[in-house]
Amino acid sequence: MFRFLLRRLLVAIPTLLLVITASFFMMRAAPGGPFDSQRRLPPEVERNVKAKYGLDKPLAIQYLNYLGGVMRGDLGPSLKYKDKSVTDIIKEDFPTSVRLGLSSLIIGVAFGVALGSLAAMRQNTALDYGLTTAAIFGICIPTFVTAPLLILLFGSTLGWLPTGGLSDARSYILPVLTLALPQIAVVSRLTRAGMIEVLHSNYIRTARAKGLSEGRIVMRHALRAAILPLVGYLGPATAGIITGSLVVERIFGIPGLGKFFVSSALQRDYTVVLGVVILYAVLVILLNLAAEVVQALLDPRLRLS
Amino acid sequence: MTGAVLAPGSRKAPPLMEAARGRSLWDDARRRLVRNRFAVASMFVLGFLVIAAIVGPYLAPYTYDHLDKTHVWVPPLTGDHLLGTDSLGRDLLARLLAGLGVSLEIGVVATVVSLVIGISWGAAAGYFGGWLDEVMMRFVDILYSLPFIFFVILLMVTFGRNFILMFVAIGFVQWLTMARIVRGQTMSLKQREFIEAARAVGLSGGAIIGRHIVPNLLGPVVVYVTLTIPDVILTESVLSFLGMGVQEPLTSLGTLISNGATEMELAPWLLIIPSILMVVTLMAFNFIGDGLRDAIDPKER
Repeated sequence: MFRFLLRRLLVAIPTLLLVITASFFMMRAAPGGPFDSQRRLPPEVERNVKAKYGLDKPLAIQYLNYLGGVMRGDLGPSLKYKDKSVTDIIKEDFPTSVRLGLSSLIIGVAFGVALGSLAAMRQNTALDYGLTTAAIFGICIPTFVTAPLLILLFGSTLGWLPTGGLSDARSYILPVLTLALPQIAVVSRLTRAGMIEVLHSNYIRTARAKGLSEGRIVMRHALRAAILPLVGYLGPATAGIITGSLVVERIFGIPGLGKFFVSSALQRDYTVVLGVVILYAVLVILLNLAAEVVQALLDPRLRLS
Repeated sequence: MTGAVLAPGSRKAPPLMEAARGRSLWDDARRRLVRNRFAVASMFVLGFLVIAAIVGPYLAPYTYDHLDKTHVWVPPLTGDHLLGTDSLGRDLLARLLAGLGVSLEIGVVATVVSLVIGISWGAAAGYFGGWLDEVMMRFVDILYSLPFIFFVILLMVTFGRNFILMFVAIGFVQWLTMARIVRGQTMSLKQREFIEAARAVGLSGGAIIGRHIVPNLLGPVVVYVTLTIPDVILTESVLSFLGMGVQEPLTSLGTLISNGATEMELAPWLLIIPSILMVVTLMAFNFIGDGLRDAIDPKER
């Protein structure tokens, strides 16, 4: 176990290095720079500004400087927001994105497991077909379709819910719903498949023979085994929610990190872009690792080697 | 083997005899597929959409970039515009056809890119095995664990909104799963006798992969391709939505939806109609993919 963790963490280092290197040079190859604006800066001013951020040095030196900073935990200053460091920006905006993503994930898993189990218990009935078809809908309808349609329905037409910003708890409803829908769909499909397999296994037959009620069998015995594959889905789910948050934060005007990333990439705020990419890469790597560990802890058949 | 009893030269085989002839795996798969109503309906829908995207633009009364300042935001089913017009007076039907074409094109081309990379990578890793396999698949694992949308966005930012590059960028993202599937299949295929025979005849590794392994990978690959195309269309749409995709006046389904969303209060049809077309297209691909999977590998169901 310990050796497994150590090995994975050692692999994570070159992975991150790859991420940083690729993003750094891609970002730098992009045409334009952070100090281009409508009004061109006088050349000497521009030179001074560039010198201030060390952008006048050869690219290789800049790369090494940046890498050194990252190792010390310093992601550098933002090039667009004058008195803020990248760490400040992440501290400000990341919690919003996490709240949004985490709520969607929890709702997605809760509803997905419930609906998936229900479909499995009533396999090949109208209810099952209905839920399965609904799940395909949920997977096929992209977030940027759901979001405007929900706004159009609940915001503009019915006027029930706020459609922009994050002023109170109610303003979370639509964005969280938008992000959670595809998760509910995928989770319910996975749960249904897992549950059907488990319900045919021997120990469930034993439980039935003991005369337990079907509800109790599912809740107490089958569920634990059926949701095991879900743990492995944690990594991809997080990646999906991060992708979704880019769109959702933009549509609902939520000041989260996803929205910030897109605008920074377009404005060539090099350090902010790199900081966000590194943060999310670390997040996804750690979650994948956590998923593997949890899976092994829950299922002794999966030995970590 | 009653079929073999048939005397040579007898032309007319009774229907019963016909049925006794051996059925290949592909026959079986086709039978199962045809029985899947959703999949069959989806094939018709998709066929119709593909034809519409190819032929439609020549038949439509307007071109996708024809501006008409006097007919702005015309609602559907009024006047000469079947599906109405947008804020610049462009005919929505013409734009839908053009957008559908672009989306399908990106879907297919990027999938082919991912196919080529994924198959070569996976087949090589699976066939040669050993440390090479270890290194190649570790690399896939590493790439797998990254939030890829960021890289696609960076690529788009770096190289501008280059149409070709978008194909390639998305294709590069999608090949990982393909490589894993192909590797697994290759590992089991290479144990089989006909591969051993090929090796005994003295064929080189590359030739065995190209001539004997890859053709036998067809089943799972076909399934995965039908499921990758909608995924690519979605990725492209997200990019277009974020303003990094296809450039005006050219359009894609994602661009249409994203433009429609900004005007939905004034002209809801500009959002709703492209959204419906997008969902129908994605669902058709998904149903066909699911149907093919159930048909080729009935265990899954």
